[in-house]
Amino acid sequence: MDKETSRNLIMDNYLNPKNRNKSHVGYEKINTRNESCIDNIDIYIKWQDDIIEDITFSGEACAISIASTSIMIKNLIGKTKEEALTYIKEFYKMTDGNPYNQEILKDASCFEEVSHQGNRKVCANLPLKGMEKAILE
Amino acid sequence: MNREDFPFFKEDIIYLDNGATSLKPKCVIDKMVDYYTFYPANAHRGDYDLSYKVDQEYESTRELVKDFIHAKALEEIIFTSGTTEALNMIVNGFFAPLLEENDEVLITNSEHASNILPWFKLAKNKGILVNYIPLDSNYYLTMDNLKKSISPKTKVISIAGVTNVIGDIRPIKEICAYAHEHNIFVVLDGAQMVPHMPVDVTDLDVDFLAFSAHKMCGPTGVGVLYGKLELLEHLEPTVLGGGMNESFDNPSEIYLKGLPARLEAGTRNIAGVIGFGEAIKYLKKIGMDNIHKYELDLRKYLIDKLMPLKHIDIINMESDSGIITFNVNGIFSQDVAYYLNKYNICVRAGNHCAKILKSSVGVTNTVRVSLYFYNTYEEIDNLVELLSNYDKIVKEMI
Repeated sequence: MDKETSRNLIMDNYLNPKNRNKSHVGYEKINTRNESCIDNIDIYIKWQDDIIEDITFSGEACAISIASTSIMIKNLIGKTKEEALTYIKEFYKMTDGNPYNQEILKDASCFEEVSHQGNRKVCANLPLKGMEKAILE
Repeated sequence: MNREDFPFFKEDIIYLDNGATSLKPKCVIDKMVDYYTFYPANAHRGDYDLSYKVDQEYESTRELVKDFIHAKALEEIIFTSGTTEALNMIVNGFFAPLLEENDEVLITNSEHASNILPWFKLAKNKGILVNYIPLDSNYYLTMDNLKKSISPKTKVISIAGVTNVIGDIRPIKEICAYAHEHNIFVVLDGAQMVPHMPVDVTDLDVDFLAFSAHKMCGPTGVGVLYGKLELLEHLEPTVLGGGMNESFDNPSEIYLKGLPARLEAGTRNIAGVIGFGEAIKYLKKIGMDNIHKYELDLRKYLIDKLMPLKHIDIINMESDSGIITFNVNGIFSQDVAYYLNKYNICVRAGNHCAKILKSSVGVTNTVRVSLYFYNTYEEIDNLVELLSNYDKIVKEMI
């Protein structure tokens, strides 16, 4: 993905994030935050057995974290736990600067650049860490 | 001022995070390298020249600190690992045995975590009360509010001399006088104060003071606990071990050394303490009054340039220190810091360890510029130029 497209995707998801501050009655709540910075996000997941029926979020965080959360939500709704874990694994591969499967990550590949920006890697990974915790616990 | 003394400035970086830690002049670095190179023995231990030299250097820092803060006796100066450890020692070694259930400690919403959490722990374990003196509309601590907050239960006022988010200077002398009339102890967190202005503990009449070397051109891992001698005598060591005991045979027969050794168990950060002595000599040469005045001039210059910028919201317009806290409208503070970092400007984003301030200020996170004497007008110009262009910030913040 070229730089301009990546930037536009991130900004668009930051300014108009998917499912921010939406209702989450009866959803599972997971808080995710970075020790090294000030991002702090609550993720709410609605499960239907093994399938992610809906995700919403609230909280305060930087542009990268908010955009990453928004894109993750778009990509994971309707997925099984196993599919979500695969997505998360591919995302980490990308932010670590390793080869990854773009077909799985789709739009999320706009964060490829953060592998060169140590201090922003944690921001991009933040919602994924929360989601991973929710699935594995 | 004095930029040539700092090897760091060979890098093309604008460092504006002095509230977090300061840069180190070459003389301080050299002094520590000297110790590690030429006399790397332990202090207070050896019967040989090398160790004697270590003792001399280590203790000469104590003398320098004593003079620097105008303490009355060398025994009043205890070396710690930093402000945090010093405050914890004061709370756990002096006040924990003294305070009883429902005794009250007054703090404010703008204190650093290290002046809150030890008290919170004491509240949980011993049932003391931790209450807050309300701040005024500028987030200042006023004598009026302080007087109104005091009750017969109040035993301690524990506050920063200069707060690390707002940068206001508290009227410590007046607070001490009033507190002492009411038999209340005053603990002063000097982490943001001692590095930036003259502090005279005798004139202030403060009971305890804590501060860190690394925020005043010294090394990390060194701090000072000052206490009035008659109070320090009652401060129980929270760490026991070598160097602080006279003799011991069994649990009921432990004989401890006198001050200050009693409160400095184990091998201290010797190189750090020796380096700290050099930092104090260095700061004295520049003059604490000069440092304070220069920082205020620099602050005013920055504020005057930021004020006309409509998209900048300055949180602490009024303040008498080199701390300027602001937000860029609609942009998360961390994104602003990230943007400035692209241009090699270091500022802090976040809550600056004053997590409960948000309940007063209403904003959770801010950008903080904290100045020191080696910052320049030119650096401020660079910063302001980058902050002037809102569209550029938005474009480059990711």
